Parts: sequence; structure tokens; C-alpha cells
Amino acid sequence: MNAAATSMEQEPTSADGPASRRITVGYGFWIFLLSDIIMFSAFFATYAVLNGATNGGPGPAQLFDTTNVAIETACLLASSFSCGMASLAVAERNQKWTQLSLLTTGLLGTAFLVLELREFSSLVARGAGPTHSAFLSSFFTLVGCHGAHITAGLLWLGTMMAQFYAKGFRENIQHRYLCFSLFWHALDIIWIAIFSLVYLNGTRL
Amino acid sequence: MFGKLTWSAIPFDQPIPLASSLVVGLIMGAVLAWVFVKGYAPYLWREWITSVDHKRIGVMYCILALVMLIRGFIDALMMRSQQALAFHGPGYLPPEHYDQIFSAHGTIMIFFVAMPFVIGLMNFVIPLQLGVRDVAFPTLNSVSFWLTASGSFLVTISLVVGEFARTGWLAYPPLSELTYSPGVGVDYYLWALEISGIGTLMAGINMATTILKLRAPGLTYMRMPVFCWTSLASNLLIVAAFPILTAVLAMLLLDRYCDFHFFTTTAGGNPMMFVNLIWAWGHPEVYILILPAFGVFSEVIATFSGKPLFGYRSMVAATMVICILSFTVWLHHFFTMGAGGDVNAVFGILSMVIAVPTGVKIFNWLFTMYGGRIRYTAPMCWSVGFIITFMIGGMTGVLLAVPPADFVLHNSLFLVAHFHNVIIGGVLFGAFAGYTYWFPKAFGFTLDERLGKAAFWFWFVGFWVTFVPLYMLGLMGMTRRMQHYDRPEWYPWTLVSMAGALLILTGIVLQVVQLVVSIRTRDKRRDVTGDPWDGRSLEWSTPSPPPVFNFAVYPDVSGKQPETEPQYAAIDVPRNTPTGFVAAFFATVTGFSLIWHIWWLVIVGLVGAYATFVVFAWRDESETEVPADEVARIDRANRQARSVALRGHAA
Amino acid sequence: MHSALLRSLVVLALLSLSGCGATVLSPIGPVGAAERTILLDALAIMLAIVVPTMIATLAFAWWYRAGNTRARYLPNFEYSGQLELLVWSVPALVVLFLGGIAWISSHDLDPAAPLTWTAPADKRVAPVEVEVVSLDWKWLFIYPQKQVASINRLVVPAGVPLHLRVTSATVMNVFFVPRLGSEIYSMSGMATQINLQADRPGIFPGLSANFSGDGFSDMHFSLEAMDSEQFDAWVARAKTTGEVLDDTAYRGLLRQTANVQPYTYRQVAAGLFDRIVSLHLPPGDGPPATPAPSAGEH
Repeated sequence: MNAAATSMEQEPTSADGPASRRITVGYGFWIFLLSDIIMFSAFFATYAVLNGATNGGPGPAQLFDTTNVAIETACLLASSFSCGMASLAVAERNQKWTQLSLLTTGLLGTAFLVLELREFSSLVARGAGPTHSAFLSSFFTLVGCHGAHITAGLLWLGTMMAQFYAKGFRENIQHRYLCFSLFWHALDIIWIAIFSLVYLNGTRL
Repeated sequence: MFGKLTWSAIPFDQPIPLASSLVVGLIMGAVLAWVFVKGYAPYLWREWITSVDHKRIGVMYCILALVMLIRGFIDALMMRSQQALAFHGPGYLPPEHYDQIFSAHGTIMIFFVAMPFVIGLMNFVIPLQLGVRDVAFPTLNSVSFWLTASGSFLVTISLVVGEFARTGWLAYPPLSELTYSPGVGVDYYLWALEISGIGTLMAGINMATTILKLRAPGLTYMRMPVFCWTSLASNLLIVAAFPILTAVLAMLLLDRYCDFHFFTTTAGGNPMMFVNLIWAWGHPEVYILILPAFGVFSEVIATFSGKPLFGYRSMVAATMVICILSFTVWLHHFFTMGAGGDVNAVFGILSMVIAVPTGVKIFNWLFTMYGGRIRYTAPMCWSVGFIITFMIGGMTGVLLAVPPADFVLHNSLFLVAHFHNVIIGGVLFGAFAGYTYWFPKAFGFTLDERLGKAAFWFWFVGFWVTFVPLYMLGLMGMTRRMQHYDRPEWYPWTLVSMAGALLILTGIVLQVVQLVVSIRTRDKRRDVTGDPWDGRSLEWSTPSPPPVFNFAVYPDVSGKQPETEPQYAAIDVPRNTPTGFVAAFFATVTGFSLIWHIWWLVIVGLVGAYATFVVFAWRDESETEVPADEVARIDRANRQARSVALRGHAA
Repeated sequence: MHSALLRSLVVLALLSLSGCGATVLSPIGPVGAAERTILLDALAIMLAIVVPTMIATLAFAWWYRAGNTRARYLPNFEYSGQLELLVWSVPALVVLFLGGIAWISSHDLDPAAPLTWTAPADKRVAPVEVEVVSLDWKWLFIYPQKQVASINRLVVPAGVPLHLRVTSATVMNVFFVPRLGSEIYSMSGMATQINLQADRPGIFPGLSANFSGDGFSDMHFSLEAMDSEQFDAWVARAKTTGEVLDDTAYRGLLRQTANVQPYTYRQVAAGLFDRIVSLHLPPGDGPPATPAPSAGEH
């Protein structure tokens, strides 16, 4: 077709045509995750620039409770594990174990959120809410954005549980679950970046 | 109950916005009335509004762009006339209005004209050029379009209810913070862009996945038309850059709504952070716009020169180099913030380096024309006009990339002339070339050539008459966004510029007339073969317009001889769905209620949007099947029509 | 040589613009003059590529039109290694050259760099310090060495380097005297700096080059350069008339006013500028917030 093709007759042809639905959906969702990571990077960069601007108020060392963070991390990591178990159950088309492991994931994720909200409200109660300094604004936004993603993920999780229950293990629902699990694991990775760069880094002094 | 919204939000006491609102309202009302009275509403709902077909969505994007072009251009006429009148006088637009007009002009032209136009063309053409049936995620495509329309609706409604931002199109803090912009204007701006930004990001993901994962058998990367390569680069840039926009606008929203301190002047806020982040998005944004236009020119120039594009590999390499480099130059937008010699020099040099692959492209287009048999149809006129215009625009860009030159030209009308030079001469001319080139593919008849060429000449001459005076004014020390001035030596140039704007207005009027006349006399210019221009890429092997499934069987481009008649099979076509329209409706409700602080309505909007997606997720049938004999019937009829027409041509 | 001819043609064409007034192309100081040289040199270098390419464009577009039967049709001419080498290397070389100019000039003309190059070592004079504050919508010029201040009128001695520290008591603005040279942003909470010099006496327009709100178009000031004796006389006069610029008077300046006629202050509180930069004196409050509506506002 393209005249350039004449000079490339020896080149091997590409794959057999359009990729399968599963690959296309997974690939597209990966690209979305990369874009989400870039959005988080913008918040990270802002935090890096603004984390010294405490407006005379408390800084990271005074505010962060690393024990709490450790528990939150354990919850999230465990929820990723149960999410992985759920993937196996979905592949086996086992309704009981799918629902159980998804429920576990949801409970662990909710525990994470509760701990985070408790941390936020205690900071606000101590007069270290996000309106007090640029450091606090950027902290609450970065960590809060991750929390907002977890919240959206929990909503999605609930919907997936309902879908599996109502419609079984149809292909396109499995594709959606693939996207959900990618999302959930990616949030875990971002959390690792947060607790390293924000909490651990902030309290090492 | 209604937050900040009161009757005083409607500009009953301000004649100009009131008059404009009435005109816009009357036009919109008349169009809606005509649609309903003539009974077109069910057809429009069934075939267009709920469509998930990339061809329909692409056309709707382009229609949105053209309608918003008229609104943005009226803003431009008002700006030019104000400056032509406001020498030693107040003109007719008080500062509060003038400031909104130039802010709306920039916002609309970039986000609601250039972006939709370019995305619309990519949407329509890419699956056809790749030999596939649709984009990777058709329903997401519909959502993207309607979210963009939602953003443009919010910007438009700000004319009638409330006000628009008075900060310029990039809303630098501290001016855009609540302290210095206490009204709803900046909120309209922010929510419109956040909503349409999500749509654009989704479109970028969609198109990138399509190009990378959905191609006809045998269509390797190095067999893709250059338009696909430039679209790939553009969409990768969208995926990489728009999240930054989402983040930085969210931070400004948090400052305004929740008293955060990202960019405030107090409590440690850092407005320079905004400038850095917004331009880290903003510079890739202009490459998002220009790269598809470059792709259009590659297609058009090759087709109408009757030769293949010169230096295909070089063009691909240049495209990807531009894609990567566009992320490394953003500081050149604020050389004058005092970053120091080292930083300024590095970014200046990187900005110049981008001129190298761009220059390579221009030379390759020239060598495509060299030895060709050039047919001067309207698309080719736009292309040659582009080469001439863009070369000067690029040159002034390289001049501005030398930091000490920028030190005296930053924010002047010289800068304004430069970016209009490359955006009009590059993006808009490319969009018009693409529009006239692919119009017959979309609608089955070509546009009237004479009117098309007349429109081109008025645009081309009008552009130069408008913007050369602005280059001069910049060198004479006139800065941008002035509502009035008192330097006599500037006055004659503003008059000339106004005259140029009127020439462009004539060009636009001619384009409207061209469309109307072409529709009326369409039977005279029917495209029966599917290939009115003797093109070489796959879209020209389909009928005009293509059937909903594009290709009855996937074309095999590995070079083997095709069989005389293919094996027809049933084709599954994605179902139309109102998901996109309804989701965008709730997004608009959410945006509007956030702007006016109507909190209960915000919740309604968010819940509604979520519910829309759940309803969509719950459907059991996502595709309709076109049975094999129907596919065969359509395909045979098209092939028959084409061979009749070709025999007629050969005779 | 081709480029020298080109350069003089360009200079001639552009000088025709330069009448009197604000033009960037007729600078009255060394910084502006250097910047003009760079601008014209860069333009000439670029034109050396653009002009032949433009001619080639018009020539190819005309000669290879379909109606021209004399033109050769080369339908297979789609690749040439030599041409590729040319089109990649020539722009790269030009960019290399221009890049060198950009590197050197960015350092030489860095706003923070003192103007030691404008006079030989034995003739150098200590710069006159001026502290610049952009307000809504006027400019405040403080002379810390002289303890006077001026609104909307920057009086300076000619032939003496000026060192300006610039901040904003409101949103971002840009300090710009087109005939003097470089612009610099004024931003709240920090002080940028710029070194400039007016070589001869005269009155030259100045403005803000970053949009800062409704009164922006009225935010112009004049730069008045005069002989050193006249400058000293002006300072002496300023010390006898006008108000005192203390913190209270300064807060009065924060109110949004436009089209302010120039006047002076006879005395300036010590360290006022530093207190503005460090935000001890907070920035202006901006316009009055929109009045609260009658229906439920939170």
C-alpha cells in the first residue's frame, strides 16, 4: 500500500492483526496507570519543593507517627496479597473464594483508610491541618490523593464483588477485574514511595 | 440552597455580556427548536449522540471545534477593535470585561478549538489508516468527547451566569488565588479544564493503545503512514503531560476552596511552583497540537505531489525526537524570572535543538514536492501556506529561545505574534487541510474547491496583515493584554492589525458559505470511488463514507496478492450507548454546582456519574452483530460502485 | 559577505521602526545595546537558512505544479542519503553556533551580573541601589542609600550602573523599561535583581510586562536619567518635600489604585524593603471579596 513497502519486502510482518481484547484492555489500563503515576509525580515534586515551608509551625519530624504508618503499610501489603489470591480464585471461577478474598481486600483497605483518616483528624486537632502551611497543604494533598484513590478503589471493589455475584465470571468482567487488580497493586507501589519519601525521609532527622 | 448563585449572577446591568448572552441563547434555542420541530431529534440521539463509532465521534469533535472557533474569534475581534479604539481613550470594553475576553479567547482557542480539532481528525482517520474497525475503547471515546463538550459548555455558560476568569489563559497565582480573584471566574476556568482534561487524557490513552495494539495484519510500525506516527507521539505526550495539568489545577482549586497554601503569597506558598508545573504541561501541549498537524501535511503533500513522502524514516525519527525533547524546554516560558545564566542557557539551547528535527521535516516536505506533479487543491494550498508561515514562526521562536533576546521580548506582542504564527500557521492550517482533505471520506462528497481556495487566501493574507504589526509592536515595547495605551507610535499598527482581523473574518465567512454551498450542491461532487484524491493509505480503500465496521475483512498489507473475493464473516460492532452523554451531563452538573458552591448538587452529580458507569457495567450485550451476508452485501455493493466509477474514468 | 549584507538590510529595515518612544531596537544603555546586537545577529543567522528555504519553497511550489510540462516528474525520488545528511547537519550546525551565542550571552547578560564590563577598572563607579516594589497598580522606587522614595518615577543618574532589587507587594508583575533592556519578574516573598544602566539623559517609558489585574494598563512609570549633579539635586529636593514612608504609609499604598501621578517621599523607614520581601509587611488584600448573597452561604 505505502510505497515504502516496496523497499521493505524482506521485513517480517507484524502480528496477525489487532491484539486480543484481554491484551488491549490490559495494555490500555497500564498506560492509564502510567499517567496516574505521572500525576502523583507532580504532587511528589510539589511536596519536595514545599516540605520546608512550615510557616513557623511543626515539620515532618514533629508530626509523623511511624508506627501508624507501619500498620497502614502492613494492611495495604496484605490487601495486595489477598487481591492476588482473588485473581487466582477468579481464574478458577470459584465464587466463594473470590468473594472471600475480595472481602478481605476490602476490609484491609478500609482499615488503611480508617487509620489514615484518624491520622489526618488528629493532625487537624493539633492545629496542623492543611490550611496552616505550604508543607501541610502538600502533605495532605499527596497522601490524601492516594487515600482518594484507595476510596475509589474500594467503590470499584464493591462493584466488582456485586458483578461477580450477579453475573458470574464472564470474560469482560474478568477483564475489568484484571484492571482493578492492576490498579490496586499500583496503589500499593505508590504507597511504598509515599512512606519512604515522605514518612521515613521526614522522620530520619 | 443555591450556594452563591443569585439573580445578580446574570449580567442584566452590563450591556455587552447581556447582548452576547442573548445572541448565543437565541442561536442555541433556534437550533434546538429546528432539530425538534423537524423531527431530527431521535435520529441525532440514535446515530450521533449515543454513537461510539470513531467516525461519528471524530466528526462531532470537529464540529465542536468549528463552533468554538467562531466564539473564540469573536473574542479576538473584540480585542483587536478595543486596542484599535483605545488610544488615549477607554475604548468600549472596560477592564473587567476586556480581561475576561482575552482570558476566554486563549482558553477557548487552545482547549476547545485546537485540541478538539486535532483529536477529532485523529479519531476519524487513525483506525481507517490502520485498517481496523474502531479505536481500542469505543465507549471511552464517547465519554472523552462529551467531557470535552461539557468543559466547553461551562466556559460558554460563564458568559451568561457569572463571569469568566480575568487572569489570562494560564491563570498564574497569586492573581488567580481567592485573594486577588474572589469571583467565580477562575472557578469556571478550573472546573472546565479539569473536566475536559480528563476527557483528553482518556482520548490519549485510547489512541495510543489503538496505534500500538490494533493494526491490520502485516501493518508493521514502519509501514504506518506518518500521520499515525505523529498521532502516536502526540497521544503519548497527552498521556504524559495532562496528568500534570490535572494535578496543578487541583492544587489551585484546593487553595481556592479549602484555604490550602500551595501558591498563596502567605504561609509558605510558592507561586513559582505553579509556573513550573503549568509550563511542564504547557510546552508539551503545544507539541500535542502541532504534531498531528505535521502528520496531516505529510499525508497531503505526498498525495497532491503524486509522490511518496520523502525520507520516511527521517520523518519518523524526527517525530519521536520532537516528542521527547518537548519535555525538556519548559523554562523558556519564564527566562525572565531570574534563574541564572546556567539554567537559562541550558533551556535556551534545548529549545533551539528542537528546531533541528522540525527543520528536517520542512526540508523533507520540500523534497517531496521536488520532482512532483503538484495539484493545487485546497488542502495543498493550506500546506504550502503552512510551510511559508510556519517557517517564520519557527524562526521567531528560535530568536526568543536566546535568553537575552527574550529578556526584552518576554510577554510582548512579539511573543503573541510568534505563538499565533505557529499555532495558526501550523495547527489551524493543518486542521483546515485535514478537514478539507478527509471531508469527502466522512461525508461522501468533496467541498467546493473555489470557495475553499478563496477562504485560504483570505486567511493567509489576513494572518500576515494581523500579525506582522504585532511583531512590530512588540519590538516597539508594547506588552500584551493592554486594555488601553497612550503611545502614539503604536496606534497605526493596531489599526492595520484590526484590518487583518477583518480579512480573517472574511475567510471564516467563506468557510461557512463553502460548507453550506457544498451541502446544497453535493450531488455534483459525489465521491463514488472512495478515493477522490488518488491517495495511498488504507482509508482511501474504503467507500466514502465507510460502513460502520470500516473494513469487511481486515486488509492484509504484507504485500501478498489479495484474493478476488474475500471470505465474509459476521462482524461484532460495539453498541451505541448514552453513557458518554449522561456521564458528561452529570460532570457538568457537578462542575457547575462546585463553581457556585451548591454542595448538595455536587453530591447528586457525583453519585449520578458513578451510577452511570455502574449501569453501563451492568449491561449484558456490548455488541451487535452484523451478519455475514449483510457484510457481504454492503461490501459487494461498494466494490461494484467503485469499479463502475473506475471504468467510467478509464473510458 | 552574504550574511553581512543580510544583517545590514535587516538592521536598516528594523531601524525604520525605531522613531522615538519605547522601541527595544534603540536602546540607551549597554544592556539593551548588547541584547539588540544578539537579537539582530541571531536573526541574521536564522535568515541565512530561512531565506534560501523560502525561495526554494516558492520555486518548487511553482515549478512542479501539475500544469508545468517542462518539469521532470520523479515519482520514485523518496530517499537520498546525502540530502538526509545535509538536512540534519546544517540545522544542527546552525543550532550549535546559536547555542554558543546563547550560552555566552546568557552568562554575560545574566540580570544578576554586575555591569563591570561597561567601564574599565579605574573608571568604575559604585552602582546606585534602587529597591523596586510593584503594587496594585503602581510602582514604588526606594533609594536605600539616599533614604528617599518615589512613586511611578524612577530618577537615575546617567552613565552610572544601577542595581535594582525587585519584589512585589501583590501579584506577579514584570519591571520593564524597553529602551534600557532586560525585564525581570517581581514576585511576592522574594527579591529578584537586575543590573541596568542608562548611558544618556532623557525620559523613557516603563511598564509592567505581566498582567496583574484590572488596573494593569495604567501601571506605567517613567525612567528619568539625568546628569549626576542634577540627580543629586533631585535627591536633595525630594528630601525636603512629601510624606514619610513608614509602615503605616506603606499599608496605605497597598490599597488598589490606578493612574497614580508621580510623587516622592522625603524619608523611608529603615529596612522597609526587607520587611516587604520577608512578608513581615504582608502583601495587599486585593479587591473586596464579592458581597455575600442572601441565600445560604457557608
